[in-house]
Amino acid sequence: MSRKVIEITQLGKQYRLGQVGTSTLSDDFKRWLYRVRGKEDPFLKVGETNDRTKKGNSEYVWALRDINFSVNQGEVVGIIGKNGAGKSTLLKILSRTTTPTTGEYKIKGRVASLLEVGTGFHPDLSGRENVFLNGAIMGMSKAEIRRQFDAIVDFSGVERYIDTPVKRYSSGMYVRLAFAVAAHLEPEILIVDEVLAVGDQEFQDKCLGKMKSVSGEGRTVLFVSHNMAAVKSLCKRTIVMRNGQVHFDGRVTEGIAKYLEALNPSLNNGTIEPHHRTINAGAVFIRHLKLENEEFSNGNSIYFNNPIHISMDIAFEKDLNDVLLDARIGSNDGIELFHSMTLYGSDLLQVKKGMLKARVTLENRLQPGKYFISLGVHLSDGATQEYLENVLEINILNVTNTSEKGLIYDFKLGYARMNANWQITN
Amino acid sequence: MSSTNTNTDWDLIVKPQGAFFRLNLKELWAYRDLIILMVKRDLTALYKQTILGPVWMFLQPLFTTLLYTFLSKQAQFKTDNLPPLLFYLIGQTYWLYFAECFTKTSNTFITNASVFGKVYFPRMVMPVSVIVSNLIRLGIQMLMMLCVYGYYLVTTNDLHPQYGLLVLQPFLIVLLGLFALGLGVLFSAVTTKYRDFSFLLGFGLQLFMFVSGIVFPASTFSEKTRFVLMMNPVMSVTEAIKFGLTGQGYFSPLHLGVAVVAVVLVLFFSIMVFNRTERNFMDTV
Repeated sequence: MSRKVIEITQLGKQYRLGQVGTSTLSDDFKRWLYRVRGKEDPFLKVGETNDRTKKGNSEYVWALRDINFSVNQGEVVGIIGKNGAGKSTLLKILSRTTTPTTGEYKIKGRVASLLEVGTGFHPDLSGRENVFLNGAIMGMSKAEIRRQFDAIVDFSGVERYIDTPVKRYSSGMYVRLAFAVAAHLEPEILIVDEVLAVGDQEFQDKCLGKMKSVSGEGRTVLFVSHNMAAVKSLCKRTIVMRNGQVHFDGRVTEGIAKYLEALNPSLNNGTIEPHHRTINAGAVFIRHLKLENEEFSNGNSIYFNNPIHISMDIAFEKDLNDVLLDARIGSNDGIELFHSMTLYGSDLLQVKKGMLKARVTLENRLQPGKYFISLGVHLSDGATQEYLENVLEINILNVTNTSEKGLIYDFKLGYARMNANWQITN
Repeated sequence: MSSTNTNTDWDLIVKPQGAFFRLNLKELWAYRDLIILMVKRDLTALYKQTILGPVWMFLQPLFTTLLYTFLSKQAQFKTDNLPPLLFYLIGQTYWLYFAECFTKTSNTFITNASVFGKVYFPRMVMPVSVIVSNLIRLGIQMLMMLCVYGYYLVTTNDLHPQYGLLVLQPFLIVLLGLFALGLGVLFSAVTTKYRDFSFLLGFGLQLFMFVSGIVFPASTFSEKTRFVLMMNPVMSVTEAIKFGLTGQGYFSPLHLGVAVVAVVLVLFFSIMVFNRTERNFMDTV
């Protein structure tokens, strides 16, 4: 077994909500009174788990609570979870920008944290000066930066602008240069938070490639991302965070499935609750949703090859004359596979204020497995009125109900079958 | 970095409560390149996109001095039997150094919040680099002061340099800087949570100047008042510097001793508060 390089025990972080004001002063005073009398901090006992959607009773919440895990050398761990699940707080604590409220952690080796690219970039300084400054902030010595300088500039691809103040850079160039510095850090442990979401596709691929090679060199990487494809391609192990706690710790495919499940609390009788809504502009509400496939009375399973029927009740709060509906099918590792919208087939819908029933039949070429359906209502200018991401989970069975020979196959290649025409001659 | 015997295997152990007093000079030294780069940034970035550039370094104390010189002629302020121009220039040069060090370090956490929130390095790097860059500015501003000084030294008989005391000047300058560092760091720690202190600092510093011998020299006060006012390290130090340069002013070993003790105490206390603050300030800033 390889060496442990990070060990986290009973880690917790408590935050106080609301503004700093006189009440904080009195809390501080109370805390101080307890301390001088040798008692435990009274505010550690209060506090609730962190669920941002519900209004709590306490001003204190635990952004992290009872986190325990360890990481071995050379492991690449993806940390995933909903917004507010505590991922970034965990990374902040591990990169020492803040300290835990309870528990402790131990680290072996040099840590570089990349919670943001371009930390400390000064707009008035040139690219060259900023490379040195940023490198030094990240913990490199001047000699190290000088040695790597050409490689950094080369990686960034902004050689021509290297002596121009960075405030004149396009945002893409800025990010490229900044990531290039970070990419040439040589830490034993690298902590990365969602920085790949910037830059163009070419650059993102370059960054992913760099991270892959970093992990190939036996370094340990902790990687937070909402990009499931990136997590899947980089990590073998994932930790799924939920409401400040470790919800799952294990293999990446299972972890991603757990994460998507956590994203989609199951529909209660098909009634849409506020937490299902990813986007809502206040004028249109999908109230009720039903999988109409009749093969199973209350399940979400669908026979292989059978079309998917969904019906929904949509409430319009006002008259709209350029509405379109869409449906998407995504895989359980977060990739959008199919898209369908009303505009493809017909003109824009004109609707009157009130309740509307909609029914959609989706062609099903999916391979067996779990998928998620997202539904949306938009206006023709692209303004989304209602969007329920991954609201409906479906399970495509590996059997059909049409052919006598039900079993298709046990293994799954890709996400969908192609219609193909094979011609075999001899 | 704290490590105990049972855990020698780990490089870093982080717990909710840190050490009571931690000034890790070794760690600070490891980041010396960063300090140098920060100093360079302070000095170069400040004058980017200005036409006069570093000339501003001279204009700032010069204009203040000219204004005070004008006022002193009108209102008959006493200037220690020195030419008013020289008296105020000396005062302003060292006062600006103290005041800049103080105000700039007092912003440490607030102005650097975005950087501190993203990456760890010894937080002390920032205030220390402020002190170093202001030391360099002081050096440049002293050149101008010494030119005026030289002019009066040659053309008048008012100046009587105390050569023995001039040797002490570097020490006095460092003492002044450390005092500013201590106060600034203390303020930076308390302003992270309660911004009230930054208002206090704003006008407090202005008032402080009038009791620090910069505008009204120690000699204007009665003996009793002077004895009390000289407890202020800024006054005892600037008076001693002035005395060394011109033979005017007060060199009081007693009060300088008080200054040294005060600076050490302020530094110790402020580093303690700074340590407590740097751990969690991101949550309250």
